[in-house]
Amino acid sequence: MKIEMKVNGQNKQFDISPDEYLVDTLRNNGYTSVKKGCDTGVCGCCTVHMDGKAILSCVILSAKAAGHEITTIEGVKEEAKKVGEYLVEEGVEQCGYCSTGLIMNILYMEKHIKEPSDEEILHYLSGNLCRCTGYTGQLRAIKKYLEARKNENSK
Amino acid sequence: MKIVNKSYSKIDGKGLVEGKPVYTDDLAPKDALIVKILRSPHAFARIKDINTKVAEKIPGVECILTYKDIKRIPFTRAGQCYPELSPYDKFILDEYVRHVGDEVAIIAATDEKAAMKAMKIIKVDYEILEPVLDYEEADGHPSLVHPEEDSFAMVDIGFDKSRNIACQVELELGEVDKALKESDVIIKRTYSSQAQAQAMMETQRAYTYIDMYGRLIVVTSTQIPFHVRRILSTALGIPESKIRVIKPRIGGGFGAKQTANAEFYPALVTLKTGKPAKIVYTRKEVFRGTNSRHAMKFDITLGATKDGKIKAIDMVGISDTGAYGEHSQTTIAAAGQKVLPLYNKVEACRYHGKAMYTNKVPGGALRGFGVTQGTFAIESAINELAIELNMDPTEIRDINMIKQGETTKLLNMTTKGWGDRPMYMDSCMLEYCISKGKELIKWDEKYPKVQISQTKVRGVGMAIAQQGSGLPKIDMASVTLKLNTDGFFSLLMGATDLGTGSDTILAQIAAETLGVSLDKIVVYSSDTDLTPFDAGAYASSTTYTTGNAVIDAAEKMVDLIKHHGAIHFNTTIDNIQFDGNTIKNIETEEYITLSDFSKRITYNHQFIQLSTTGSFVPEKNVPPYMAGFAEVEVDLETGKVDVVEFVGVVDCGTPINPKLSKVQIEGGITTGIGLALYEEVKYDENGRLMTDTFMEYKVPTRKDIGKVVVELAEGYEKTGPYGAKSIGEVVVNPVAPAITDAIYNATGVRIRELPAIPEKVYMELLKKKIKSKC
Amino acid sequence: MLALFNIANSITQEVKRMITIREYFKAKTLEEAYGQLICNRKNTVFGGGAFIRMGSKNIPLAIDLSEAGLAYIEEDEHEIKIGAMTTFGDIEHSQLLSKYFDNMLAKSVREIVGIQLRNIVTVGGTVYSRYGFSDFLTGLLALDTYVNLYKGGTIPLERFLKEGPKEEDILENLSIKKDNRKATFLSMRNCKGDYAILNVALSNLDGKFRIAVGARPNRATLAYEAMKYLDRLNNQITKEDIHKAAKIASEELVFGTNTRGSSFYRKQICYVLIKQGLMEVLGYED
Repeated sequence: MKIEMKVNGQNKQFDISPDEYLVDTLRNNGYTSVKKGCDTGVCGCCTVHMDGKAILSCVILSAKAAGHEITTIEGVKEEAKKVGEYLVEEGVEQCGYCSTGLIMNILYMEKHIKEPSDEEILHYLSGNLCRCTGYTGQLRAIKKYLEARKNENSK
Repeated sequence: MKIVNKSYSKIDGKGLVEGKPVYTDDLAPKDALIVKILRSPHAFARIKDINTKVAEKIPGVECILTYKDIKRIPFTRAGQCYPELSPYDKFILDEYVRHVGDEVAIIAATDEKAAMKAMKIIKVDYEILEPVLDYEEADGHPSLVHPEEDSFAMVDIGFDKSRNIACQVELELGEVDKALKESDVIIKRTYSSQAQAQAMMETQRAYTYIDMYGRLIVVTSTQIPFHVRRILSTALGIPESKIRVIKPRIGGGFGAKQTANAEFYPALVTLKTGKPAKIVYTRKEVFRGTNSRHAMKFDITLGATKDGKIKAIDMVGISDTGAYGEHSQTTIAAAGQKVLPLYNKVEACRYHGKAMYTNKVPGGALRGFGVTQGTFAIESAINELAIELNMDPTEIRDINMIKQGETTKLLNMTTKGWGDRPMYMDSCMLEYCISKGKELIKWDEKYPKVQISQTKVRGVGMAIAQQGSGLPKIDMASVTLKLNTDGFFSLLMGATDLGTGSDTILAQIAAETLGVSLDKIVVYSSDTDLTPFDAGAYASSTTYTTGNAVIDAAEKMVDLIKHHGAIHFNTTIDNIQFDGNTIKNIETEEYITLSDFSKRITYNHQFIQLSTTGSFVPEKNVPPYMAGFAEVEVDLETGKVDVVEFVGVVDCGTPINPKLSKVQIEGGITTGIGLALYEEVKYDENGRLMTDTFMEYKVPTRKDIGKVVVELAEGYEKTGPYGAKSIGEVVVNPVAPAITDAIYNATGVRIRELPAIPEKVYMELLKKKIKSKC
Repeated sequence: MLALFNIANSITQEVKRMITIREYFKAKTLEEAYGQLICNRKNTVFGGGAFIRMGSKNIPLAIDLSEAGLAYIEEDEHEIKIGAMTTFGDIEHSQLLSKYFDNMLAKSVREIVGIQLRNIVTVGGTVYSRYGFSDFLTGLLALDTYVNLYKGGTIPLERFLKEGPKEEDILENLSIKKDNRKATFLSMRNCKGDYAILNVALSNLDGKFRIAVGARPNRATLAYEAMKYLDRLNNQITKEDIHKAAKIASEELVFGTNTRGSSFYRKQICYVLIKQGLMEVLGYED
């Protein structure tokens, strides 16, 4: 079936199967930053935004996403780059496979909650698994990022 | 040191966080045939008949292969140097299926749907056989997991398929029974740890195609490109010269990808059809069709004097290697070999271990590699000894553990090619690790426990551990350096970066030795055609083994530059000075920048390419050491254990990159917490894997781990590159025994079978309550 | 047994965990949706689709309600209405819901996997399917909740959980009577984000209690005997009464064994969670 959706601000037309998932449609159309890590919606590697909300593209059918606005990391390059810099600075991008999904969720969290506590950060990001870093360094990186953003915004 | 021991960011970091298409599936050709595998629903069966005729007619299906279509060649999938210490007990496809998830048929189609449709209608008629499901009952079981004649072991590892034994290992020093008889106190206990899944975020996947020279190109998410080339050559019956294996960026491995898994199937399809082919394992396939940490059980007998000197350690181990024996010998051997040397003052010790075949998912490599399981057993026993003698566990370690400059004959016995001369652990910093760890967790304030409320109590516990750094006289690494015009270097290495940052730290080592800045090193790694041999990312070898190879190549390069510098200045080499930037004739004070020099010798004079290759194989056994301290909070009403804090102090020699080293510790501790409290590979009574999704198999989330504090001991190992040892695996090992001892100290309840899930702890608390009432 | 266990068994079949959908339809109204639903027994209404996708059904027509205007959380004088397509993420962050019942409904969804999944899982999908492992159902059951079905009309959640829909139907919304009951939700899980080993929600409205226990592993049910015991005490409840009520509940309810826990353990946890919940709701220190 033919569907239309906006991806990263661009109007896109895709020819999909009704049981095709958004992650596959995106990956097959060049948005390879979206990763598939599991098949039960637990790992968070496939996180993108739909109408500004963080969702799992491996759970959302492409047909369901039709008519909506999808944002992948390619669509928020500048913001994502900033977050990414902090992750890299702490050495917590490691294999990088969870990074893009994590960054998308961090950007969502940032819009949703002002000055989150450690607990809130962990709660928001608990749907992003990481096997490499043990999470501790990622929390350090995210706090530094949020602090830097706070200072930027107060200027 | 200018570049080494500095916290550079990883050179691939930026590209990764920006989501650049650098992983296997991002690079696969769009028109690659999609390969799917029909897997066995039975734990043990023989295929009586398999009919693919109707399935083959499905539009889009290119080919379907069964065991009848493939030349029968036994091999091992284990990523190890040749000749492998794992039995040759695997066939690409076989008449027998030996675990739920074992491969039955290979389907290739133009798209996934067609492949799945075809898969659903392949008719298989199985003769269901009685599976061997309990590794303790495997010896003497009427079913033989490997009834076939043609499986064998290349090397004598005690392989005895008539008893479902994959391998046997032994180690003996002194007279254990005598020493036990003379002991004041005996601790005799049994400990077991469960199968654990690596659960790296990127599943196994590979794509293959035939290039214009008729060679098979394999791009795969692997830790062992060179071993994969050899294994494919053996299994497919084609020469290694016809195969090229490339590892792009990969999403973790932790040992899972130290076994060849995905590569066979697209390779076969490409060879058969001439077309590119790709397979991407689903998460379920990873759980069922790859490998996991060997479940192991140990009977430990410790004998000690009443003032805490351990006289003897007797260790008997049994390992569940599942349906195939990859890594069976090396893990069960490591469980004793890399744990017992921690206690070098014993009069005697003895270790017997064996790995049993069962009809379950095969065991494989997982960070720690047997040492984790052995450490859990020994450290738990020693913690129990401390309780028995009413001594602080850190004190018992202090009396008995190996210290800087000390040795033990066990090191001679477990290090290939070393001979009889003593091997001193010159760089052992265990004492520091323990004292620093105590300080960081506030051990003296908290030991053994602190009551928080009527229903919550906190306890602390600790353990020590070691690992190895590479495999002496077994695994070697090579690197090639070439000087490019404009004064930068290509560093070509077989070494495999799993996201660990080896590309970066090896570049740091090269830069340090050459005297140049890090940006002058361009890294290319893990391509069997273009990069020199490296065993791969396992055995914690990359920093130590490949690092030394880098130094070898770089030192040779410095000499070569000086040699050609001398030619350039028409003088002798003793007059040449090279500081990384310029080559100087100290007699005449003339100099030329490296950049100009490299152009000069390429385009104008000498017309020579400067390139050097360095190789290294470890000779000495060079363990990293760690002390781990856990503080847990136990809810006495529910048995739930939460890690409040975990402190890890690691002696890895010089950290080439302190930032990356610390992240390794934090990551390893989390894997250890998963092993201790949350993760468990579980089977039902028919041998079906029940934990085949992330909903059933619980990898710790970021809310499950508490505060993790890590510190690096500032050690120096003189045989290591700039003093470095290794860090990748030791960081998992002390976690589980430290946690279970903390649980004991908090509650009086001893968990000897991992994981310490709430119901288990609760039942032990209940038993204790009932006992105290009687 | 439970949806969970049945799914677990079908998952162990080697032939795919994959659903196929032949056609996809976005309904603009409930009427449209219902019209399509009854055309074929296998036609399926999709909420978020998070759980369906883990099974292996062949679905001729998937009916998507996301454009039928069913995503809302509203209140009038007497009740709160939650539309079927409201997500758990909406529940968790709802300002409106946070004003009532000590924000218990938000607590009941917080521990589910991750925010990204909660932004997909819908109230309708969960409630209509009556999943055993559901935390949200347990939370709802502790409140005065009604299910509004397109065909079947308004049914108390308590009855709906026991009996299910009488015929093929579609959930339109939930209504929860507004009152100032004090409420709480607790669950026992090993790993965060996992299915609960057991969950408990309870509420007290001037001495009238509702105690709901779910993930037994069977779906949420009320602990009637324990509730009766407490209701007789005219809101004069001592710590001892709390212990007694918790014990009664743990003894009256039926628990089962699955991979996450044994029935014996669930029984003990039931006691502990209800005790803790009652202490909390009655303002005692445990």
